[in-house]
Amino acid sequence: MSTGSRSAPVTVASSPQFFDSAHTRRIMWTVSAVLTPAAAWGVYVFGIHAFFVLFASIIAAVIGEGVMARILNRRTLRDGSAVLTGLMVGMTMPPAVPVYIPVVASLFAIIVVKWTFGGLGSNWMNPALAGRVFVYFSWTPAMTGWTMPSTLPQADAVSGASMLGLIKQGLSGTGGHVGSPLRFLRDAGFPVSTTDTAVTDWLNQHVLHALGFSIPGGYVDPFLGNIPGSIGEVSAALLLLGTVVLLARRIITWEIPASYFLSFALLTWVFGGARYGTGLFGGDILFQLFTGGFILGAFYMATDTVTTPLTSAGMLIYGGGAGILTFLIRFYGAVPEGVALAIILMNVFTPLINRYTRPGRYGLSEGRR
Amino acid sequence: MALGLCPALAVTTRVVNGLGIGAALTFVLVSSNVIIALLRDVIPERGRLTSYIAVIASLVTVVDLTMQAYTPRLSEQLGIYVPLLAVNCLILGRSQAFARRSEGGHTVLDSLGIGLGFTVSLTVISLVREVLGAGSITLFPMGNFSGIVKIPVLSDSPARIMVLAAGAFLVTGYLKALFNWTRMHQPRSAQPSQERAV
Repeated sequence: MSTGSRSAPVTVASSPQFFDSAHTRRIMWTVSAVLTPAAAWGVYVFGIHAFFVLFASIIAAVIGEGVMARILNRRTLRDGSAVLTGLMVGMTMPPAVPVYIPVVASLFAIIVVKWTFGGLGSNWMNPALAGRVFVYFSWTPAMTGWTMPSTLPQADAVSGASMLGLIKQGLSGTGGHVGSPLRFLRDAGFPVSTTDTAVTDWLNQHVLHALGFSIPGGYVDPFLGNIPGSIGEVSAALLLLGTVVLLARRIITWEIPASYFLSFALLTWVFGGARYGTGLFGGDILFQLFTGGFILGAFYMATDTVTTPLTSAGMLIYGGGAGILTFLIRFYGAVPEGVALAIILMNVFTPLINRYTRPGRYGLSEGRR
Repeated sequence: MALGLCPALAVTTRVVNGLGIGAALTFVLVSSNVIIALLRDVIPERGRLTSYIAVIASLVTVVDLTMQAYTPRLSEQLGIYVPLLAVNCLILGRSQAFARRSEGGHTVLDSLGIGLGFTVSLTVISLVREVLGAGSITLFPMGNFSGIVKIPVLSDSPARIMVLAAGAFLVTGYLKALFNWTRMHQPRSAQPSQERAV
């Protein structure tokens, strides 16, 4: 961090004494801005109702924040955190959900999870994700009805389901030898877009041929965002672009996404093949990464500074734990998507992690820690 | 009053459940405390817990069997929580703290008050949970009235999480917060000076 210049009279405060342009407001608005392209893509492929969902969740979050600020006499409407929470809630909603659901989710996130526990800086759990989980268990049918994006050809056989949902319903235990999740989905009638086929062929011919292997069709769709899913989670490409901006501005650090990714990818690779009949070390990592809310969760939700550990070591543990939990829930749990639950569970562990990863105090001798 | 809320979480999914268990607890509380108060000079110090449990358990059995006979469906809903009243901290706590040092008359009033308070709390919790979580209010069936009042908009898609455990904790927490808030804002003179059983 760099020391900026202050034109106010000198104020003496206790450490840390670095000043930076990373004020709360700037961070919040930057993250919101960076999420907007992915949200816009969601509206583009899922239709205008998705826009209403996003709009409703943001408005509800702002109103909730305003009401709480009035009751508690605090002025935080301007720091962008409510808008960000509302946007995040909206982005985790299925696109066709009735509008009262994101409103309740936002209100729950702001009033119950954020303000009841102390406001900005004191959340015990990521508010947006907690709001989402709340409405998920409250109105499960509405929250598990998905729409096909407009960029995929329509397929009646699989309307209303998401990829992970289909897999969770269709594959039970370790039966079957379908070989891969993509193969399973093709067999179930899940369509592939022409863009996907074109890009995959191009990649196979020009890039990967030289390296000696080829990828099957079907990975490009989830990467670009041509799959059913929540409004903001589908476009991995746009979300990753946003991540670059956040990393460049030091709004998020590498530890949590890296450890989350590593533990999840490792577990998926080693054990994920069991249900498809490819045995150990045969899991399909790319598929798991690009479907569901993984990219959105790992880079944007899990890195929220308040609910995460303070030290590097703590963050690595946190990310690792989240990866393990996501793997367990996705592969062996009752619900198809595990990212939201995994992250909020790890949030609850953060104080414990902080306690055990306390950095040593400088100036004391080795023996006394 | 925060003692003995364990049944609250499990059974308050319908208003009639809250009323039912509150009534059962009140009956056991009053009768056991009166008996213990009347026998306070006879029960030795060292054997008191055992004797209290014996008294309470017998009375709980009475209530349980009565409920099974006269309100079978309610008894089914409440399930094991009626027998669990035997180890409910509230009943045992009151007998320890109050009944063994007071006369019968005082004990009756004290127990009635606490029992009523408990019933009211549980009923309020059940009301919130059922209205939000199931969109209905379930009361005792009387004559032609089946006992279930459906709330028009909510009963189509209620927030199911409210009738699950998370909803119970949320409602209980906020109710307690409400109590604390009202107590904080009361004028000084109105604040009770005797023991606060929280």
